[in-house]
Amino acid sequence: MLLGGAALLIAVVIPLVAPDYLVPLLGKFLCFGIAALAMDLVWGYAGILSLGHGLFFALGGYGMGMYLMRVIAGEGVYRSNLPDFMVFLDWKQLPWYWHGFQSFPFAMVMSLVAPGVLALVFGWFMFRSRIRGVYLSIVTQALTYAATLFFFQNAAGFGGNNGLTDFKRILGASLHDPGTRKLLYVASAIALFGTYLLCRFVVTSRLGRVVTAVRDAELKTRFCGYESTNYKLFIWTLSAMLCALAGALYVPQVGIINPSEMQPSNSIEMAIWVAVGGRGTLGGAVLGAWLVNGGKSWLTAALPSAWLYALGALFVAVTLFLPDGLVGLGSKVGSKFRSKSLRPPT
Amino acid sequence: MSRWILTSVIVAVTGAALPRPAHAGPLDEAQGGRLEQALERAIDGLAASSDDKINESVNKLAVLGDPRAIPALDALCDDRLRLGTDGHAYVWDSKIRDIRDPVTGAVVGGAPRPLKEVEISNEVRRVALPILAQLKLGSPDAAVRLAAAQELSNGGSAEAPALLRGALGREHDAKVRGALTLAIARVDLGSADASARIAALEVVSKSGDDDFLSTLQQMLGQGSDGKPNEPDARVRAAAQRARDAVVSHQRVVGFVGDLLHGLSLASVLLFAALGLAVTFGLLGVINMAHGEMLMLGAYATYSVQTAMHGSRFYLPVAIPVAFLSTALVGVLLERTIIRHLYKRPLETLLATWGISLGLIQTVRLIFGAQNVSVANPDWLAGGLEIAHGLVLPWTRIAVVGFVIVVAAAVWFILQRTRFGLEVRAVTQNRSMAACIGISTKRVDALVFGLGSGIAGLGGVALSQLGNVGPELGQSYIIDSFMVVVLGGVGRLAGAVAAALGLGVVNKLIEPAAGAVAGKIAVLVFIILFIQRRPQGLFAIKGRVEA
Repeated sequence: MLLGGAALLIAVVIPLVAPDYLVPLLGKFLCFGIAALAMDLVWGYAGILSLGHGLFFALGGYGMGMYLMRVIAGEGVYRSNLPDFMVFLDWKQLPWYWHGFQSFPFAMVMSLVAPGVLALVFGWFMFRSRIRGVYLSIVTQALTYAATLFFFQNAAGFGGNNGLTDFKRILGASLHDPGTRKLLYVASAIALFGTYLLCRFVVTSRLGRVVTAVRDAELKTRFCGYESTNYKLFIWTLSAMLCALAGALYVPQVGIINPSEMQPSNSIEMAIWVAVGGRGTLGGAVLGAWLVNGGKSWLTAALPSAWLYALGALFVAVTLFLPDGLVGLGSKVGSKFRSKSLRPPT
Repeated sequence: MSRWILTSVIVAVTGAALPRPAHAGPLDEAQGGRLEQALERAIDGLAASSDDKINESVNKLAVLGDPRAIPALDALCDDRLRLGTDGHAYVWDSKIRDIRDPVTGAVVGGAPRPLKEVEISNEVRRVALPILAQLKLGSPDAAVRLAAAQELSNGGSAEAPALLRGALGREHDAKVRGALTLAIARVDLGSADASARIAALEVVSKSGDDDFLSTLQQMLGQGSDGKPNEPDARVRAAAQRARDAVVSHQRVVGFVGDLLHGLSLASVLLFAALGLAVTFGLLGVINMAHGEMLMLGAYATYSVQTAMHGSRFYLPVAIPVAFLSTALVGVLLERTIIRHLYKRPLETLLATWGISLGLIQTVRLIFGAQNVSVANPDWLAGGLEIAHGLVLPWTRIAVVGFVIVVAAAVWFILQRTRFGLEVRAVTQNRSMAACIGISTKRVDALVFGLGSGIAGLGGVALSQLGNVGPELGQSYIIDSFMVVVLGGVGRLAGAVAAALGLGVVNKLIEPAAGAVAGKIAVLVFIILFIQRRPQGLFAIKGRVEA
């Protein structure tokens, strides 16, 4: 009931009343919400602190970006069939991995499947050899770092430093048109609720309970006959694909995707969204993403040099004083209040 | 006229123009005085008004063969010679905007003004330049002779071979002899005599000097008519050998250079990883702000350098300052924040990441976002030349030596001192160590300080290798984590081996496949490696906590 009301409010009312310039910003927040849910799934429920989800987010974004570049073939500055940056680099042919991206369904499938396969292979190697805890975090960060360096290269064929930009339209609709932006916003809202429902289904299912058990006592769960590697691998890959979905929705709304989007620092910021809201609570993760990014948007405009201090302090304060996040704080305060009022006076 | 010049030059070269050292033994006073006068007259004659008179003076100087005439001739060819009102020639120095005496080099007061510029035609310059080179070849200063030899071989004037051969006959300095031999070979490569060309190619292939590569390529190539540029087959074969020799020499030089580069990268990684390995082994937490300790150490070096106004001995002061300041920051962090998080390693990772953001921003506000540069002291400038074209910079050698000293000191502290014993005890079994009276809190804080201090020393080393910026630590932290993962937690020997391996492999892959491919290859290698040995290279034997 409450959920349905919130969904209606966010998906229908806000795009009707919000001024045009705010719509892409709020749409961005919805995408961050999806990414936070994905992060919460691995960290909050499976106990895997990934420092590589920014990579999956950006890979999804690149998939969408490649579609947006290909669909305007021949309309770039150079009037060439190739994307502008390839003409600039004097490339004569489309690299093989760019083929097919002029088709929207293919591009969307690839935006999810490519990061999914990467996560599957990487995760298989990691979980199989029982890498966990901070080790796993460090290795995911190294993966992200290496990928960032790779995408920064011009020779990689993804636009190098500048990434992919100068998009014009998506599925025939102009990206500069406020109506399209509202539609993208609504699509993001629907995706967010779909992701939320999917995550809720997963974590309340039998599988979700096994995953939580693996988080809390992996050895015991293994001895009970559950192959923990498979459970972790499933959650990990699902989470990576959800993050890629967020990235694919994010790119048309901000109009650019470049390698700085996958820098290791972005992945760590995702962790703090979840930590602020409350690990292991889906609503908390989304709330945390919105609060942190709202604060970021406000502070980087109002007091730019203070943002890094605020973010740094947030990391320290949340880990020291709010181990369960805002949701945890809320329920603690709530239960105290309730237990006081319910307890009969002695 | 040109025949006359040539003759005079040859006369000069073949004997009359021997360098005349300042202390030439029991020299006849009167004769010495006459020569002085002749030299002065000839130099003043360089400022004459007609080309012919200048030519005459130039040739007189050639006959005199006195290296003291070099500055004046140099100035003549560079249009820096001036004629004073007193009829003497002076050298204009644009830096101090004043004139100098052509022989002594002393600054001359304003007396002979106004000055007249001496203008010479290209004809005169053509005559003067080889004579200047010849005088330089006779200079008592080996560096001047070396430069002259190189200049002559590039200039390729008609008189050059004779000049160079003459100089070679008189030369005793091995370095200059080498340069002269190469210069002669370069000239001989263009000779009409095939056997001279072959002899020159032999010299080239022995030297392995890559300056000859383009010439050799050209000799081996074909003209537009399809005929080889070099008509003689024997010469072509010799050129082929010479080119192979040059290329292989180049490869060796490149390899040794990359190796040293890799060693110095390994040293920096080791500085960071030593501290990480010990704290991770002891406390089980990952300090994401560890890279910032490198950065703080580098900025401490910069501050010391600035405070000491770039004194050449700022480094010995910077080393303890950097160590103590970063160690202090480390202890403070441990006491205020990290100790509350020991049971929660993943949260420590996030909290220390937040600390690193704060440190970066603080440094940015104090020192500015731009990179600052720390100058190397003059005793670290230059390098060790171990073969032609292969110079190992002293800074890199010093960094490698420094890390060896520091790693040995850390080993000593951990293995041979009471404190080290306590550290090892707490690492193995915290509660048991506490039971026998070791203050584990004190050990935790001190080890954190020690680790941070070592990283601070790494910052001193980094400041000598490149620029210093607020994000300096970020670029090393991921690699140093990889060192810890690869080497095994808490293992010094593992950290050393892994740092060496990663640093050197990285730099050896780089030239062949690019920096990024090197990074990716190393990452893939680590992922595959920990499949086989999840505990790292040097695992602790026995029961390992799951």
